Amino acid sequence: MANPIVHALVYLIGLMTFAGLNAAYLVWCERKGAARIQRRTGPCEVGWAGLLQPLADGLKLMTKQLLVPDGVDAALFRLAPVLAMLPGMVALAVIPFSAHLQALDMELSALFIFAFASLAMLCVLLGGWASGNKFAIISSARAVSQNLAYEIPMLLTLITIALISGSLNLREIALDQQGGLFHWNLFRLEGWHILTMWIAFIIFFICSIAETNRAPFDLAEAESELVAGYMTEYSSMGYGLFMMAEYINIVVGACLTTILFLGGWGCPFDVAPGWWWFGLKMYALIFTIIWVRWTYPRTQIYRLLNLSWKVMIPFSLINLLITAGLVKFL
Amino acid sequence: MNLPRQRYEETFVLNLGPQHPATHGVLRIKVTMDGEYVIKAEPVLGYIHRMHEKIAEQGNFAQFMPYTARMDYLHALAFNHGYCLVVERAAGIEVPERAEYIRVITVELNRIASHLLWWAAFLLDLGGFTPLLYAFDDREQILDLLERTTGSRLTYCYFRFGGVCNDIDDEFISGTRTFIDRLRKRLPVMYHSLVTGNIILIKRIKDIGIISTEQCRRYGASGPVARGSGIDFDVRKHEPYSIYPELDFDIPVYNEGDSMARYMVRMDEIEQSLRIIEQALDKLPDGPIMAKVPKNLRPEAGTCYAAVETARGSLGHRLLCNGDRNPYRLKLRSPTFSNLSLFAEVAEGMMIADVLAFLGSLDLVIPEIDR
Amino acid sequence: MEATNKLHTTLLTLFGSLNEGAEDATAQNDNDATEARVATIPLDYSRSGANLEQHCRPEQLRTAAELLNTQHFLLESITGVDWPEKNQFEVLYDFIHYAVPQYRVLLRCTVSRDEAIVPSLCSIFSAADWHEREVYDLFGILFDGHPNLIRILLPEDADFYPLRKDYMP
Repeated sequence: MANPIVHALVYLIGLMTFAGLNAAYLVWCERKGAARIQRRTGPCEVGWAGLLQPLADGLKLMTKQLLVPDGVDAALFRLAPVLAMLPGMVALAVIPFSAHLQALDMELSALFIFAFASLAMLCVLLGGWASGNKFAIISSARAVSQNLAYEIPMLLTLITIALISGSLNLREIALDQQGGLFHWNLFRLEGWHILTMWIAFIIFFICSIAETNRAPFDLAEAESELVAGYMTEYSSMGYGLFMMAEYINIVVGACLTTILFLGGWGCPFDVAPGWWWFGLKMYALIFTIIWVRWTYPRTQIYRLLNLSWKVMIPFSLINLLITAGLVKFL
Repeated sequence: MNLPRQRYEETFVLNLGPQHPATHGVLRIKVTMDGEYVIKAEPVLGYIHRMHEKIAEQGNFAQFMPYTARMDYLHALAFNHGYCLVVERAAGIEVPERAEYIRVITVELNRIASHLLWWAAFLLDLGGFTPLLYAFDDREQILDLLERTTGSRLTYCYFRFGGVCNDIDDEFISGTRTFIDRLRKRLPVMYHSLVTGNIILIKRIKDIGIISTEQCRRYGASGPVARGSGIDFDVRKHEPYSIYPELDFDIPVYNEGDSMARYMVRMDEIEQSLRIIEQALDKLPDGPIMAKVPKNLRPEAGTCYAAVETARGSLGHRLLCNGDRNPYRLKLRSPTFSNLSLFAEVAEGMMIADVLAFLGSLDLVIPEIDR
Repeated sequence: MEATNKLHTTLLTLFGSLNEGAEDATAQNDNDATEARVATIPLDYSRSGANLEQHCRPEQLRTAAELLNTQHFLLESITGVDWPEKNQFEVLYDFIHYAVPQYRVLLRCTVSRDEAIVPSLCSIFSAADWHEREVYDLFGILFDGHPNLIRILLPEDADFYPLRKDYMP
């Protein structure tokens, strides 16, 4: 685009639409997916196959009374949901959907996304603490320790990818993987990385499920134990914003996984690469995340933390060392 | 898990309930917590206390029948059975054989429905949303079968003193046989390999909430809670009533005493109930379904006790009569009341997430506790 | 059957000696006509659902319960009964045994309505804790030695005892 302001505006509107539509229609996908796994139909009344259901839900949420209970910290209570939307939207700005579709090309875009992911953790803490509700505080404390524990293996895996691709720029990482199935980081034949990348992929995928507080790692909003956890006191759009933020974070997580491991916009047979392949891979990952949610029960908090500190971090460290060795000597 | 205990001022009191997704009714538990650990857990009862024992004294014996189903609504037919048993024992009424067989078939179907709902709700507490739908599919079949015969889906008032009020027809029998085959096919696949073998579930309930045999005896626990701790006690074999002595079935007993043991006891009990129903259907005799019973029952003065085995344990009715048309005193000994009383002792030192897994494994129905 | 008979004879012997000890004490107290007698009555299981009925006075209650505890019985239920014509409350204790089939023991204890205090069995059977609270809640019978005798089913601030025969809502 010639004019940087026009470029920025077009991408701004485009990304906000993308985020909004995803937040709305991923809920539909989730409900339909859940329904089919549970051998029932799911939304089918509103619109054909229930496709207008998200609109109906959005309308319902918007028309509800926005309750602010007594005894909450007024500014923080209202700020937390808004702030929760921030990391996801900002991350979407630096993700390359294809060779030509990227809002902002930064040198350190991967690091940028992770920096904002920590902000998401802060919003959970704010929401829980500002609610002034014991259940909410317990839930935020759990969410913070969980998010902290699971960020570390993600970062270690990111370093592994950076070692292979030689850069933290998401666009360059994706460009490095063009050329067919066996150039993707997950199946990378050159340099024998295929031996270590599958562990890195599994660790990264599990960590992204844990970072976005999805089942089986949804202790923060453990419905049956803590009612709704840090979201208990929120109603109407406050709750709506938290839910939208969760789905946008899932989209960002899936996008990241696609770029880092599955070749970004590349085709397995190296014909017609583009944003359609990116979309296909991303939505396949999101479908798996939905599938996992409705299959497994919840773990306990100490087992969750043990999994991260005692299993994922050692494995990702060993992986990093082996990859470093492979890069140096092969 | 042993963590250094913090000073008392750093503990806080959390109220689980009365409205809470995981307490299966209106139960309030005052939990004094130190971080994630429970220092003291105290159940507070009475939120659904309806004084059934006084209601029993106000009307005559038959007028109390509908109330029996409102206590444990999940295994209402067993409560029907217990009340009928105690009044029949006090009044010396003999029940015809066909009625006894029908009673056993319907009670065991209801037991399976109760265990299925327990399984679904337990897994819902633990965060697995899908098994609910699978269990309710089977439970719907049972409810349809029982609705044809008894007229109700949940709070049955089907038994009468001296028999049952409605006969079962061929459609019921064939429907039940179809259901038995269907559930037998689904149990190993959908229930056991998908859920019971799930590593997350196993880690979540194994070695949680261990109840020792001595604790069971001191608190008077019965049912799957006792059988999960190695005590071979089931009223159907211990104090046989109805036609249970003529049927061949096993009592599953597991020795570990943890939530996993209680889970397995209930799952095995579903299979045993299927066996009982099959045998009862094969042996079903012809004949009347009601004995000749005087309209105004006046049992002779004295006291009488009868126990039946519900899905939750040994239900006892103690009846004191004084020759009147109304019971003088009817005491309902609810199994869950005794099972819950050991909660305070066992929950000390557990983590809050484990507390909920333990509570779910006790299979509580609060209206039965509060009566 | 064998285990049942053996337990039956053991209990008859034990309760017999308990009764003798009690009657020695009664011999000094001739004026107490309202006190219930101490007796052991074998019952027909098929008619009354219990095998043995033991009447005892409040003072012997704990000894009788300890006897049953050593025989490994468990306390199943505690029932309160109001006999306004005789001006008495009665407390019935039901005991069963996990290992011996079809054997139930009933312990009966009567106290006067004006001074309704019964010793608590909490230290012997933990099941008594909640059952005694329930009897207190519904009848107003006090249990001496109970660690936490507060209402369990009715609201804590209720001031009536609903299962009494003279209770008017």
